[in-house]
Amino acid sequence: MNAQADRGAPLREHRGPWFGGYGGVFMPEPLMAAIDELAACYEACKADPGFQAEFARLSRDYTGRPSMLTEATRLSEQAGARILLKREDLNHTGSHKINNVLGQALVAQRLGKTRLIAETGAGQHGVATATAAALFGMECVIYMGEVDTERQALNVARMRLLGADVVPVTSGSRTLKDAINEGLRDWVANVDSTHYLMGTVAGPHPFPEMVRDFHRAIGEEAREQTIALTGGLPDAVLACVGGGSNAMGIFHAFLDDADVRLIGLEAAGDGAGTERHALSIGRGEPGLLHGMRTYMLQDDDGQTLESHSISAGLDYPGVGPEHAWLHDIGRAEYEPVSDAEAMEAFLALTRAEGIIPAIESAHAVAGALRLAREQPGSTLLVSLSGRGDKDVATAGRWFDVLDEDARQQ
Amino acid sequence: MSTRITTEDAIRASGNRALIGYLPVGFPDLETSIEAAVAIAEAGCTAIELGVPYSDPGMDGPVIQAATQSTLERGFRLDELFDAVAAITARTSAPVLVMTYWNPVLRHGVDRFAERLAAAGGAGLITPDLTPENAADWLAAAERHDLDRVFLAAPSSSDARIDRAIEASRGFVYTVSTMGTTGARTDVDDAARALADRIAARAAATGREALRCVGLGVSTGAQVRDVLDYADGAIVGSALVRALGAGGVPAVRELAASLAAGTLDRGPADAATTPVSSSTVSSGTVSSSPQKDASA
Repeated sequence: MNAQADRGAPLREHRGPWFGGYGGVFMPEPLMAAIDELAACYEACKADPGFQAEFARLSRDYTGRPSMLTEATRLSEQAGARILLKREDLNHTGSHKINNVLGQALVAQRLGKTRLIAETGAGQHGVATATAAALFGMECVIYMGEVDTERQALNVARMRLLGADVVPVTSGSRTLKDAINEGLRDWVANVDSTHYLMGTVAGPHPFPEMVRDFHRAIGEEAREQTIALTGGLPDAVLACVGGGSNAMGIFHAFLDDADVRLIGLEAAGDGAGTERHALSIGRGEPGLLHGMRTYMLQDDDGQTLESHSISAGLDYPGVGPEHAWLHDIGRAEYEPVSDAEAMEAFLALTRAEGIIPAIESAHAVAGALRLAREQPGSTLLVSLSGRGDKDVATAGRWFDVLDEDARQQ
Repeated sequence: MSTRITTEDAIRASGNRALIGYLPVGFPDLETSIEAAVAIAEAGCTAIELGVPYSDPGMDGPVIQAATQSTLERGFRLDELFDAVAAITARTSAPVLVMTYWNPVLRHGVDRFAERLAAAGGAGLITPDLTPENAADWLAAAERHDLDRVFLAAPSSSDARIDRAIEASRGFVYTVSTMGTTGARTDVDDAARALADRIAARAAATGREALRCVGLGVSTGAQVRDVLDYADGAIVGSALVRALGAGGVPAVRELAASLAAGTLDRGPADAATTPVSSSTVSSGTVSSSPQKDASA
């Protein structure tokens, strides 16, 4: 609990294991040695120019960094604000997830691990991990909730084509949180050979800090690009928040720019007033989940509640601890976006710009459209964290544009 | 109401050949889970480990997960735990330890949970995802309410972490036999023997006592006997849960009796020459039968 010690220090310099009273390491004893080893290895990597150079090379030559900043001219006109899109959707594998995956694969290699395991919700992190495993010549097992394997069938096929073993998880709510449980069980049993490649800024230390660091380029690039394009900082930075990795990545560079509003959009599912949502900060309370203390959806007995969202990648009942802290200290704001609002924004961006966003990212676009109505003329930087190819079937059903044959598939 | 015996005394009274049986509270229903716990105590379990069903049981394998998930799906509430502990301790003198992931305790309030557990006659807590460095509130509450706190040591634990588990634990040190989750295994790892020996050595080196009970993978009387060669107790979970699910209370009682046979000495000739494995604990009387509960 080092919030007090760090008072006055730049927010950008804040590190784990504790973000205020959030974070920590709440893991079963059998995994503590692996977690300590990982934390020590990551410290060494941070200080090693060779590691940083290799990560930068992969980010440039393999991922395609820096990603572009696109001014959404027609959407801006319709919305009445200047909307800039940080194009993580154009990264190799189609989302921001690859940034973290390449970083952790390098760490795993340094640890002598030969097998990568990961959880995935929408499948983007699973695809990215399977991609890194192919690139590094490692074995790969992806745990995915059975519900998600059904709604993201194309990504399942992509992972299998890349050589990964995709294991549908049938326990609990059969979504992302249960996939994480199953991944952690695998890790306990195979810790000597295996690195657990956590896909978001959640879990026990060092994951929240390490994953954030591997995504920091999103915000650093976007900050420079925005200044170059507009001559100043944006009025607000908006990103969707499930676990919160793309949001931490883009927020981080702006944490000490006090005039820039940081707005995380949580998935409100059927609506913020309903019981079917994924509003971990908006409706949750502090508790323990997946080895960290954070805001989470839970009942009076401390049982984790199931989250709901049309977007598999936001369908998670917890959130990264740094977001919980940024919320409490008032540096970032977290607002709900319902399935319906997200899909409306999905279509608006697609039609106005010819850019089909991931449904996750459409939540951020929806937040920008809402803010544009409140603050016309403002400059809004939006994290377009992923592309929507994987969501075409879901969107096709939502907007009823599928032919009969396709509907039956 | 029987007189309460502490977990450490119960293990010593077994001749450091304890059998600890795990069952989830509320499975398949509250009444049956109480009857099953009493039955395994009567059949020879030295202590009962009562598991709290939890939505995210990271340390549990498929059998226990399925049982606790079905218990949650039928609407299990935490209040049932305290009712069950009270009902079980009213009928057996075997100590009842509660195995719980930490968030339900945190949510309930650590001190309130401890107070209710103590009032119900519970002996203490086994905490799979709470390590000693995060346990300050719990250790204080356990002290206030005179409850056991059982922490885990694993084959991967460093000496420093083992020292911390020994120092923080009261009751016994949960000696994790293998790197994995709960579930019956045909071979309990050699790692278990090595870890039990390391814990004994660390206890001796730091001038402390440590009772070592081995869990994860133990499912037969023969395995119980093997484990008791080098440890003070054997913990059986998934096998009992499976028996309860398949054949109800009679089946779980029968399995507990056959497991308890593994706690018996190997015979008069062996008994005379085989010392109790641990040199760091005060050896209790080597009994010729498993510890029986008062009502047996």
